Amino acid sequence: MSVLDSALPPRIALVGNPNCGKTALFNALTGSRQKVANYPGVTVERKIGHFVSPLGRRVQVIDLPGTYSLRARSPDEEVTRDVVLGRFSHEDSPDLLVCVADATNLRLNLRLVVELKRLGRPIILALNMMDAAEKRGCRIDAAALSAALGVPVVPTVAIRRGGVQPLLEQIDGAMAMAADAAENPAPCGWSEPSSRDLRAYHQEVEGLLAGCVADAGLPPLATRRVDAVLLHPVFGLAFLFLVLFLMFQAVFAWAEAPMNLIDGAVSGLKDWVAATLPDGALRSLLTDGIIAGVGSVVIFLPQILVLFFFILVLEATGYLARAAFLLDRLMGGVGLHGRAFIPLLSSFACAVPGVMAARTIENRADRLATIMIAPLMTCSARLPVYTLLIAAFVPDRPLLGGLVGLPGLVMFALYAAGILSALAVAFVLKGTVFKGAREPLLMELPAYRLPNPRDIALGLFERAKVFLARAGTTIFALMIVMWFLASFPGAPEGATEPAIQYSIAGMIGHALEPLLAPIGFTWQIAVALVPGIAAREVAVGVLGTIYALSDSGDALQSSLAGALAASWSLPTALSLLAWYVFAPQCVATLSVVKRETNGWLWPAVMFIYMITLAYGASFVTYRVASALL
Amino acid sequence: MSGHPTPETGQSHGGRHLGELKKGERARVTGVDERGVVTTLPEGELERRMIEMGLVEGSHVEVLHEAFPGRDPIAIRVNEHTLALRRAEARAVLVAPAA
Ligand SMILES: Nc1nc2c(ncn2[C@@H]2O[C@H](COP(=O)(O)OP(=O)(O)O)[C@@H](O)[C@H]2O)c(=O)[nH]1
Ligand SMILES: [Mg+2]
Repeated sequence: MSVLDSALPPRIALVGNPNCGKTALFNALTGSRQKVANYPGVTVERKIGHFVSPLGRRVQVIDLPGTYSLRARSPDEEVTRDVVLGRFSHEDSPDLLVCVADATNLRLNLRLVVELKRLGRPIILALNMMDAAEKRGCRIDAAALSAALGVPVVPTVAIRRGGVQPLLEQIDGAMAMAADAAENPAPCGWSEPSSRDLRAYHQEVEGLLAGCVADAGLPPLATRRVDAVLLHPVFGLAFLFLVLFLMFQAVFAWAEAPMNLIDGAVSGLKDWVAATLPDGALRSLLTDGIIAGVGSVVIFLPQILVLFFFILVLEATGYLARAAFLLDRLMGGVGLHGRAFIPLLSSFACAVPGVMAARTIENRADRLATIMIAPLMTCSARLPVYTLLIAAFVPDRPLLGGLVGLPGLVMFALYAAGILSALAVAFVLKGTVFKGAREPLLMELPAYRLPNPRDIALGLFERAKVFLARAGTTIFALMIVMWFLASFPGAPEGATEPAIQYSIAGMIGHALEPLLAPIGFTWQIAVALVPGIAAREVAVGVLGTIYALSDSGDALQSSLAGALAASWSLPTALSLLAWYVFAPQCVATLSVVKRETNGWLWPAVMFIYMITLAYGASFVTYRVASALL
Repeated sequence: MSGHPTPETGQSHGGRHLGELKKGERARVTGVDERGVVTTLPEGELERRMIEMGLVEGSHVEVLHEAFPGRDPIAIRVNEHTLALRRAEARAVLVAPAA
């Protein structure tokens, strides 16, 4: 058995249509022994895990993006194709393909199986969702299907304990056959099938179904009844907005307590370090630079997790595809694809996952247009700044007989400004650089399914790891650089102004001041904007330093609000709010755009258009406010 | 009861296409012809995608839902699964009344 001898563990890849349960199967096989990495060169995330087969063999599994065909249309699907065909130069093709097919929807799912079978590579077919198929009265003769296809066929229920046992039992045998096949490998021939080939595949599937499926069962009537309401032109849209409203409500309400906890822990740690170390550059680097800086980013973890909780649940139930269906025409008004909804939604937590989620959009122009407007959605990093300025300048006056408060209304207006400007930018982009018809919408609406808590939990865990890894690397490094800029050179002997004013950051801020004066920014704001380039929310901490306040967290927010109210004019504050709606102050977003678009062109375009909009909006706001107030 | 697929699109049909079906109407696919449909895709690509999503000669279709505004896009049942597509592209799918 050459597989056992070889140093590398044998590798299997899960391939199948979207929503057939690949990820659930992957989780059932690997549990928490999984990690996410990137494919070199392309940024599609690659999920790898491992498990131990009944014969004690360690097996590596890859969860591939779902696809209907090897004729890849999106960057996601290209990865599936390239892995299956062994086109990645740094890794061999998998030793065994596990084709996952939704047993309730065999006609569509078997088409891909037929295409994969022609590759002549070792294959196992997992008929997943057998529980749902049985409930519908589907009768599938797995033995006959196996004989007709010439590959092992195993029934699985990925979401049930022990539901993957039949697959595990076949793995060792199939692996041994795969090892034999590897000794005299069949040439991995694949060329794009023509429409004639595709019709032939369909014929083959019809033949398989006629021979192996005694009863196709009832169609999913429950899904159809639910859709009669949820896809209704009026009730459907109303329900969608209700879901979105609840989601944002939850992002703020549920995340508040854990955010306070993190805040408390960060200040506690800072105090402890400050009390333990002697005063000096090291202590300042640790407390003001690293702990404060990384803490200011980690504090958003709860909000990001709540948002992703909703997205994962909505996706697993099958509702996100419906949302794209409902919004396709409305978003089409500005030239966007219905699928752009999901990336834009994620961008309300953070533009980084939002930009990455745009990968599911097949057409390059549609995808770029979505990426370019994603940072205009109000991400949670803008919130501390909005909260601070609103607390300082907007009186808490009830409106509409106490139904809404003025601060809430201003916050809403800031969100609306982001969304409306994003739509306007998309409209302009689609009318000029990305001219042309939209990519067709050909999207399966999967049957509704109850999400499996384990899959949601693992999905959230993965998101948390990715986010914290970023905070621990990129942001960590940036914070050190920013601390250095803000601390050196130190204040001269007998200086009266805060030390930052004498630092490099201070010098840059002062140099920028004439440029920013027309939009009403003071030199303090200019100084705060320099480290704010790294991450928007850092500006709050810097303003705290400049106004020589030693509190942190909520205390800083309230005392700083007082200080700002005393020293800035209202037009200046409004101008800064307008600036924050548009300004491209997030190195992480720009770098992910560079990765996703493979070059500096689009991040450069993004930076220039956003900073132009920011300056323009601030200028207009400042001038109009100064004239009126 | 999978019907009898007709291999090519040349046969005469009633001149109806999927894009003009109303909610609740059922039909049988008689061919896929992407000529006359404006898309960003290279020639032949829309036809192949339609086939890959199950819209192939002999398939049974039924319009289940219509979105807003303009009753577009539509959600259709294709044999056992449900598919969302825009009416403009659905013009490429030729249909005849269900038997
Ligand atoms: N009833 C049932 N539901 C399943 C099964 N496998 C997966 N699901 C559900 O189907 C939905 C889609 O599964 P997912 O793994 O995300 O599909 P993927 O797109 O192929 O990765 C989720 O809600 C799963 O909980 C199964 O065997 N039976
Ligand atoms: Mg998946």
